[in-house]
Parts: sequence; structure tokens; C-alpha cells
Amino acid sequence: MDYDTIIIGAGLSGLAAGIRLAYYEKKVCILERHTTIGGLNSFYRLRNRNYDVGLHAMTNFAAPTVRSAPLNRLCRQLRIRREEFELVPQVESATDFPGHRLRWNNDYHFFEQQIADEFPRQIDGFSRFVSRMKEQDSFALTRDSSSARTVLAEYLSEPVLVEMLLCPVMFYGSASARDMDFNQFCIMFQSLFLEGMARPEGGVKPILKTLVRKFKSHGGELKLRAGVRRILNEGNRTTGVELDNGDVLSAESVLSSAGAAETFALCGFPKKQSHLSGEISFVELIFILDCEPGELGFDKSIIFFNRQDDFVYDVPETPIDRRSGILCVPNNFHHAQPLEDGRIRITFLANPEYWLNLPEEEYVAAKEKWQNEILQSVQQQFQPFEEHIVDRDMFTPRTIKKFTGHFNGCVYGSPEKILDGKTPLKNLYLCGTDQGFLGIVGAMLSGISMTNAYLLK
Amino acid sequence: MNPDQIRQVILDILEKIAPDEDLTEIEDEIPFREQIELDSMDFLDIVMELRKQYRIEIPEDDYGQLASMQSTVAYLEPLLKDVEAPA
Repeated sequence: MDYDTIIIGAGLSGLAAGIRLAYYEKKVCILERHTTIGGLNSFYRLRNRNYDVGLHAMTNFAAPTVRSAPLNRLCRQLRIRREEFELVPQVESATDFPGHRLRWNNDYHFFEQQIADEFPRQIDGFSRFVSRMKEQDSFALTRDSSSARTVLAEYLSEPVLVEMLLCPVMFYGSASARDMDFNQFCIMFQSLFLEGMARPEGGVKPILKTLVRKFKSHGGELKLRAGVRRILNEGNRTTGVELDNGDVLSAESVLSSAGAAETFALCGFPKKQSHLSGEISFVELIFILDCEPGELGFDKSIIFFNRQDDFVYDVPETPIDRRSGILCVPNNFHHAQPLEDGRIRITFLANPEYWLNLPEEEYVAAKEKWQNEILQSVQQQFQPFEEHIVDRDMFTPRTIKKFTGHFNGCVYGSPEKILDGKTPLKNLYLCGTDQGFLGIVGAMLSGISMTNAYLLK
Repeated sequence: MNPDQIRQVILDILEKIAPDEDLTEIEDEIPFREQIELDSMDFLDIVMELRKQYRIEIPEDDYGQLASMQSTVAYLEPLLKDVEAPA
């Protein structure tokens, strides 16, 4: 065997898994199709500026003293000191609906007070709901699913509050439209509100570089520009992989972060055995400003906004759904030094089919047109900033599919998670969004958990 | 290794796994989990570190023997008796 384990994908889950394996002296190789690492949370450089893909903020920002908190667990497991991530907390965020605003920061009691102020008749129900959430064993690898909407409605009689709680959580990471699994909701609600948000100084790149450095220092191999064409199998076992260039690498086990449907396609499983791909994807527009966005009135770290009472989280029929969205200002975190430039990032739900199927010649024009529409509607909703724009970039589901291989440019994986990471092949496992832990911390824990469960013993 | 040396090996491993815990007051007869916060991932790491550093395999069925310092040292004594203590 060439390797003990081959890992498909050098994103956060793959890298974390790799570190665990390499540290315990397993011969491990991470294969990445793209020219760089990071996957759904990567970075790039354009016209002399660094851009982050995916990362707006890290959640799970619990205090270092909370040993059981996911962020601290993963630092211990990877033997990384938390300080290496250089996390700085958010200033303040908000959920904006017509007539209602709920602000929050990393002090949970502030959020609770906001709810009491905005919805005084709901605060008791809300407190009981939070107690109920804390009873869930969020990281269990087997459980029944239930509807977050249904459970919320058992405790809260005000529909707008239900929508205002679903909005940020679903945007943060729901793979399913209109509703989400209650357990997923619990994990994400706790990550976002009970633990809190922070941003790494320097964005996602230093985190990824730290992980790769650790991985290589333990003897792990990383191959970039090494896409997997096929996962090879004999009977009910995988024997390794064939790369795009025809090379064959053999391994005792394979761990894939490519996604469930994507992985099964690589195995050559017939369509009827295939896992459903997720469909939730986004467009994002990043504006570079010549001033601090705060000077123009953009004082929040992240705003989840909705322009109607119902929050519709679904694949839109139009190319972009501007009824709701996310406005993120990376500057509004407690950085030691101000960022090099002002940044405003706008994210909207997008229709993957539209963006994936546009002929190449029309794609650029479509982006241009939508950029202008988005700019106008954001200025109308918030405040003007057009005259301060010095550069911009936009990505769509097409971009995501191109660089990560995830079908439909889907970012949160399939609505059906495979929590135990198992596949029809005995020594092929899944980690990442389709295993079910989302977010940057979640992804790393996914890689770690699957490795601990199957690949180290 | 003698029992005192084994005990130090365990403390060194615990320090790697739980760097922020105070290990100076560990009482040998009381289960680890009642004195410091160790989850199942941490426990797995104790086993994995022993394997990595001393090449000893501990079958999953025996994990229960590692509940306290006293039981862990007793379990490891025969496995480590011919192994030199670290410098």
C-alpha cells in the first residue's frame, strides 16, 4: 500500500484529519484538485488584494477556559495553541426584519436582553427553548431528525421571532430549504449566539497555512493540482484512487471531503444509489472602499437582513434573491490594527442552474448587470457608499463549483447528512459538510471525529 | 520502568492532552474524569500517545482499566517493565 490513508480534499476537514493521522505516524496523503488549499473556505489574490472565500467569521468563539467547547477541543486534538488562530471578536451584529432589530455580540446575556426588549411576551418561552436546546447531545453520531420550525413554535408564539431566529442560523449553515433539522439548529445556534463570533487576523489564509505547516511537520504529504478521477474499488472495499493524470495511489483507507454525491460519483455508483446533492448556493459581492465602512454608517460586523415578515430560505426562481441576505464588514472586528482597506461583503441566495448554465460569453455580462442591481438595492436599504468603491469582485455558484467541485456550487452540503461518515465501501469514509458538522470549527471537528472513529484504531 | 516512572509518563501525556489543567493535585485512586475534564477524545489520545511513544497496543476492551492513575499504572506495569524510562 502506498498510504495508510488517502484524504480527498485539502479543505478544513481534510487538513484536520490529516494532522491527526500524521501526528500518530500514519502514512497519509491529502489530494487537492485545485492549485491551493482551503476548499469552501479558501483565499485568493486579485489586483494586489487578499480575499477570503467563505469565511465571514468564525463562530464557536467560547472562552479558552471552557474545555468542552468545540474550538478548544479541536485545538487540543490538533495540538495547536488557540493563540495561533489570532482570533479577534466581533464588534456587534444584528438581525434586521421590517420593524424589528435584534442585536447581539459575544455576551449572550445582551442578546437575551434584546429579545426581552423587542418581544417581552416571548422571553419566558425563549428561555425555556434555550434550556431545551442545551439538553441536546449535539455531537452524537446517530439521532432522529426533527423540524426546527416545529420545535421553535412549541415555545414561541410570535411568528416573527421564530423567523428572526431561523434567519441567521439558516444563513450560517442550513443545507435544507425552508426548515432545518432541530439538532443542526441547536449546534449552530449555540455556536453563533452562546459562544460567539470572531475573525482571524489576516483572514482564513493564516489558519490554513498553520494547518498545512502542522500537517507537513508530522510527515504528511500534500499534493496540489492532483484531482481524483476515480475511487477504485474491489468488491466492497476501496483500494485507492486514480488521479486525473492517470497515476494510481493505493491506500488502506480513503477519507473524502468532496461531498457525498461527489464521492459516490467518483466511485462510479449508479445514479439510483447516489446521494442527493444540496442545492443551496449563493452569490457574493465584495466591495473595496477607500475608507472605513464605519465612517459611512456601516457599524455592524454582520447583518442578516430580511425585507419581509416571512423568511424564505430556498433556491430562488430568479438568479438572485434579494429579499434577504447577509451584509458583512470585516473591518468591524476588534483588530489590533485597522485593515488595509474598507470592505463590504454582500451575500444573497442564488439559483445554481441559472449561473452554472450561462454560456461563458454571457456570464461576465450577467455578473456586471447583477453587480449594479445589488449595489443599488444595498444602498437603498442601508446607506450610499458608491463613491468610495475602489475595487470589487463577485463570485457565483459557478465559481464555487469550479474551485471546489461541489455540485451545484452548493456550500452547505446535502440536506441529508451522513452522520457516521460511512459509505457502501467498508474503508471509505466521508468528512466535511455532508458528514454534518458545519462552519470552520465544525469542519475541523468533522475531520477529527471521523479520523478518531475509524482511522486511528 | 517502575511505578513512579510510569506515573510520570502518564502525567506527561496528560499535560500534552490537557495543557491547561492543574495536574499537581491528582489523586491516584480517584478516576481521572472526576478530577480533570477529559472527554472521550482525550481518552483516545492517552491510548494513542502510549502507542506512539512506547509502542504498546491497548485493546479497546481494556480502556476501562485506565480510569484512574492507580489502575492505569497497574495495567501498564507489565507492559512497560522492560522499557527504559524517558530521560
